[in-house]
Amino acid sequence: MTAFINQLAFGWYPYLAVTVLVVGSILRFDSNQYSWRTQSSQFLRRRQMVLGSNLFHMGILVLLAGHFIGLLTPVNVFDAVGISHSFKQTAALVVGGIAGVLAYIGCSLLLHRRLFDPRIRKSSSFGDILVLVLIWIQLTLGIATTYWTMKYLDGSEMVKFMGWANGMLTFDPAAPERIRDVALVYKLHIVLGLTLFLITPFTRLVHIWSAPVWYLLRPGFQIVRTRRAKNAPRSPTRGPAGGAPSYGGPTVLRQQAESGQEGA
Amino acid sequence: MKVRAQIAMVLNLDKCIGCHTCSITCKNVWTNREGMEYVWFNNVETKPGIGYPKDWENQERWKGGWIRKKNGKIVPRQGAKWRILSKIFANPHLPEIDDFYEPYTFEYEWLQSAPELQAQPTARPRSLVTGEKLNKIEWSGNWEDMLGGEFEKRSHDYNFEGVEKEIYGQFEKTFMMYLPRLCEHCLNPSCLASCPSGAIYKRAEDGIVLIDQEKCRGWRMCVSGCPYKKIYYNWATGKSEKCIFCYPRIETGQPTVCSETCVGRIRYLGVVLYDADRIEEAASVEDPKDLYPAQLGVFLDPNDVAVQEAARAEGITDQWLEAAMRSPVYKMAVEWKIAFPLHPEYRTLPMVWYVPPLSPIQSAAEAGKISARDGMPDVRSLRIPLRYLANLLTAGDEEPIAAALERMLAMRSYMRAKSIEGRIDESIPERVGLDRARIEEMYRIMALAAYEDRYVIPTARRELDEDAFVLRGSSGFGFREGTQGRTKVNLFGGGADKARTKREPRMDIPS
Repeated sequence: MTAFINQLAFGWYPYLAVTVLVVGSILRFDSNQYSWRTQSSQFLRRRQMVLGSNLFHMGILVLLAGHFIGLLTPVNVFDAVGISHSFKQTAALVVGGIAGVLAYIGCSLLLHRRLFDPRIRKSSSFGDILVLVLIWIQLTLGIATTYWTMKYLDGSEMVKFMGWANGMLTFDPAAPERIRDVALVYKLHIVLGLTLFLITPFTRLVHIWSAPVWYLLRPGFQIVRTRRAKNAPRSPTRGPAGGAPSYGGPTVLRQQAESGQEGA
Repeated sequence: MKVRAQIAMVLNLDKCIGCHTCSITCKNVWTNREGMEYVWFNNVETKPGIGYPKDWENQERWKGGWIRKKNGKIVPRQGAKWRILSKIFANPHLPEIDDFYEPYTFEYEWLQSAPELQAQPTARPRSLVTGEKLNKIEWSGNWEDMLGGEFEKRSHDYNFEGVEKEIYGQFEKTFMMYLPRLCEHCLNPSCLASCPSGAIYKRAEDGIVLIDQEKCRGWRMCVSGCPYKKIYYNWATGKSEKCIFCYPRIETGQPTVCSETCVGRIRYLGVVLYDADRIEEAASVEDPKDLYPAQLGVFLDPNDVAVQEAARAEGITDQWLEAAMRSPVYKMAVEWKIAFPLHPEYRTLPMVWYVPPLSPIQSAAEAGKISARDGMPDVRSLRIPLRYLANLLTAGDEEPIAAALERMLAMRSYMRAKSIEGRIDESIPERVGLDRARIEEMYRIMALAAYEDRYVIPTARRELDEDAFVLRGSSGFGFREGTQGRTKVNLFGGGADKARTKREPRMDIPS
């Protein structure tokens, strides 16, 4: 039974969660972009937002980058570069710990105002509150893991997680076995993390995909849109003299073509 | 030269009676939805006052508009692109809803349904955001109407810059004017420049600035980027919205709702041709006082054959060129020079211009001392200080304002001589650099202000750009959801068919 749950949670669930994350996000973007937004509540209440949101987002970005680089890079690469497991574990503990605590403070501020500020509470959807509560629990679990990680500063536990994550990427059926014996708090952290992936397409979290870095590449500042097709003739008289009729535009041209009057 | 056309607006403040009909009709058409209760695409402020939202003209605080760097380039006052992106998690310059006002309604139904009570039942106010009872309404969209409130508070008006404002707190010296405001549909919009998503755009055909609601992600940089504070964050939908210049009406040749319903006939709509290649240069001139003439330099003369030829090459139809020649906006702004841009120092090159108001002479006693030829008093003796109007309309340059007021006074005395005394006095228009035909045209357009003279709006001619055969059957039955902020229940977080705000019983819901 334990083996089955382990297989379910760390062998199958990750694929389900990532598939829903990717396919769901694409479907939502395709069908309903109007609902694709950050749903910021800063306008309703500034208090606790400026500090909370900055701490939370910056902390989370560091944590996300750390998790992706730390877990998905093959173990061999670190060995080849000469980064020892114990150094990587200590670095992850220090950087992740600081970012985690900052994000935790920020998230607590944001959660507090979301639950206890009447303006924010009343304008929140179920999803808005759920997302924040889950992230807050996830950060709590993540910070809690440091207690167990301190016992394995040689990086041996970390290598198990890297082996699992790499195994998931390479469709290795043995991957779930590698983390079968780790402490429960890690397992909860992983399952909840995957759950956050799973619910992303159905919540405001989709704004992660829209981080507007393209803004930096926009030529100049201004944007002008025109109805006129790019290669449309620029004169309202439509084309060179003596060719097509100068009235009626494309509609008349098409009608004439259809009725065999072209060039008449 | 890259010719583009814009439907621009002029508001003749001399005739505005502050009735707020424009605001009300606009609100009833566009912003009576949840999340938009606090929003007035068009509002009328009594000046002097701090306005709506509070203190909007203080760009040190809100960081709207553009700023000229030492190297002569302009960047949004919020900062260059990377600076704007660095503020994306929490915009430090974003106004809060309380800077506008917390929208409210009253429990009107209680007045009818209350049981027998010892005291009269009262309709208590409730917040339209939280649904909770409000003890006291502290502020609203038009709190300073008719000089409401203490002078001390109103005197924070930014336009008192360089004016000895203390004396205007005295009852005998006080002055007021109305300022209807809407989106300026700028040539160099800073809201657009601040949008990291690229959702805001200016339409090449008619110059209307719009927000693509599908593309807006709610980063809310446009709200602080606009110096006129005419971009509004819809807290229910998480998207920004703004005045759309009633483009569905404009495209069919009808005036905007605010213009159509203006009982004072103060609004004018017409085509202005401009040179898109000269915008950046004009917005970057060093002295803010040069921005008004620089913007005039961007406008093109529709009677110039070379301009017409270039316009046709850009696909501007003859119908639009003819409208440009008849445009009341072009006449008032360029030919007569009696209309001015609102706060040109923001460097956005706004396209809603204002005719400054005349006002009574300061006092009868003083008036006797002033040389008044043909009943024309010195414009510097008018009750509204010239400097105040100049701060509002020409970045502090009093000369153009004085010249405009003199022309308006000349029009009055010329017509008074003509219709009451029965004499044509050619010397009056000459004194202000006009001729008889021109001053009579001014009278026809500004004083009589017939509908067809106020609104010269060519239709959009979509048939030239679109093939109606292809489009047939594509409208009328929408299968896609509308964008009213509420969507049908769906997997992707579309709200149920209920409002987000809790509606308490007996609350009067605006609809």
